[in-house]
Amino acid sequence: MDRRSGEVRAKADHVARASYGRLIAILVSNGADIASAEDSLADAFARALETWPRDGIPTNLEGWLVTVARNRRKDAAKSAAARTASGSLDDKDFILAQKAAQTDMQEPDHFPDRRLNLIFACAHPAIDAQVHTPLMLQTVLGFQASEIASAYLMPGPVLTQRLVRAKRKIKQAGVAFSLPEPDDLKPRLAAVLEAIYGAYSLDWQDNENSDPTQDISAEALYLSTLVCELLPEEPEALGLAALIAFSFARRDARIDQQGVYVPLEAHDVSRWNRLLIRRGQIMLAKAATFKAPARFQLEAAIQSAHCDRLQLGKVDWQVIAQLYADLMAIAPTTGAAVGYAAALGRSASPQAGLAALAAIEGDQIKGFQPYWATRAYLLRQAGDFPHARPAYEKALSLTTHIPSRKWLENELAQILHGKI
Amino acid sequence: MRYTFFLYSDETAFADASQEDIAQTLKVYGTYIRALKDAGVFVDTDWLQASMTATTLSLKDGAKKIQDGPFADSKEQLGGSFVIDVPDLDAALAWAEKCPAAQYGTIEVRASAMPEGGNPYAG
Repeated sequence: MDRRSGEVRAKADHVARASYGRLIAILVSNGADIASAEDSLADAFARALETWPRDGIPTNLEGWLVTVARNRRKDAAKSAAARTASGSLDDKDFILAQKAAQTDMQEPDHFPDRRLNLIFACAHPAIDAQVHTPLMLQTVLGFQASEIASAYLMPGPVLTQRLVRAKRKIKQAGVAFSLPEPDDLKPRLAAVLEAIYGAYSLDWQDNENSDPTQDISAEALYLSTLVCELLPEEPEALGLAALIAFSFARRDARIDQQGVYVPLEAHDVSRWNRLLIRRGQIMLAKAATFKAPARFQLEAAIQSAHCDRLQLGKVDWQVIAQLYADLMAIAPTTGAAVGYAAALGRSASPQAGLAALAAIEGDQIKGFQPYWATRAYLLRQAGDFPHARPAYEKALSLTTHIPSRKWLENELAQILHGKI
Repeated sequence: MRYTFFLYSDETAFADASQEDIAQTLKVYGTYIRALKDAGVFVDTDWLQASMTATTLSLKDGAKKIQDGPFADSKEQLGGSFVIDVPDLDAALAWAEKCPAAQYGTIEVRASAMPEGGNPYAG
């Protein structure tokens, strides 16, 4: 590859990453379905790689690409049969695109941002909830199906089939690319936030060197912030963005040099990203002004309290226990109940924490790893080694995350040597 | 205790799989196998050819009967298996949940009935 086409490719790659969702959203708002918008945009990118090295890179890249993609789609509709398989554009169309890009589309923000419409369509209630996240990753962020499948530890063809089916459903069922009516906004937004949260929590493969989920969680952070920009008056959107910012800020401290998991309260805070924590705090403070606390805001508040260790020098477990109690009141889950017991076990006494654990009912605790890890820790703090040991062993047997296994193995070895 | 995961899924999803698709699938399963090995619970795994390539054999009606095709026709077919060694069913289910096949098929988890130390008559 010569220097010129290398430069063009780098530029095209950059536009593909930064503008993909915007471009798809524009094409879709002009009446294309998602699949044909993707096809025509892919054609436009291919065309760019052919012509930009020869004719120069247009000043308005997005305008150029949209015009070429639109014409490409019109042509495909008009005379699908007349085009060859390789199907490059007529020079006439191409010159028009070049002109359009250079004259009436000088402004980079010429196009209205329709990504939110696209995001809402991806998480529409008519679409199977398990496809919401992958569909968003593909259409809004431009990830390849195979990249997304790898992050989910799923074979590519299985995911491709689901994505194709979802896009067909959007087209055939006539899912509108419009924003929800005000009455409908809350539930529809909840599905969007859930899908973004789903992208963030793809983290099983932490122990991998080439980790495709690393990329995707960075994009989840981006998506959550984007939704806040587009819907600035929604406290839960701010809550989710803050939650992801706090967790992401501590990513590098979660696993040590030996590949062993580090519990949050033992993190080396010098490895935290302070700027991102500050961003989370600002978003959370803004969310609080709406006085409508809900799940993501409370989860973010818990993470924010952990991050306050930067200023306080220690964790205020009493605050965290109270936040878990609030969370249990509005969104009761086993995870929240265990989190509450863990915080209480530190703020009050190990016995109080164990009593709170014992109060959790139901069969779901039998296979719930955090329950056993918390129980083991609290028994150990209470000096009850004979019961702590089987609890650690049970926790370890339920742990599939390798860095966490290493950590639990170390803990277990310590109590076998009688250390608290 | 040893547990076997029987992996059932609709094999038509892989009918048109390309070389890249197969490589990506191997990689995804490879990640899972590596985790099982790192955790010290891995015993064995296999990935099977499509069910239409199966041949069944039986002598139970007195004569040898060999048939082309799978034992049972079903919507989801047996496509592979894992054998792992973990303390109990809760742990087996925790690992089954992480198996790629759980995302697109059904995993039957069965405990071993073999006496401790294997079949004593097998030498």
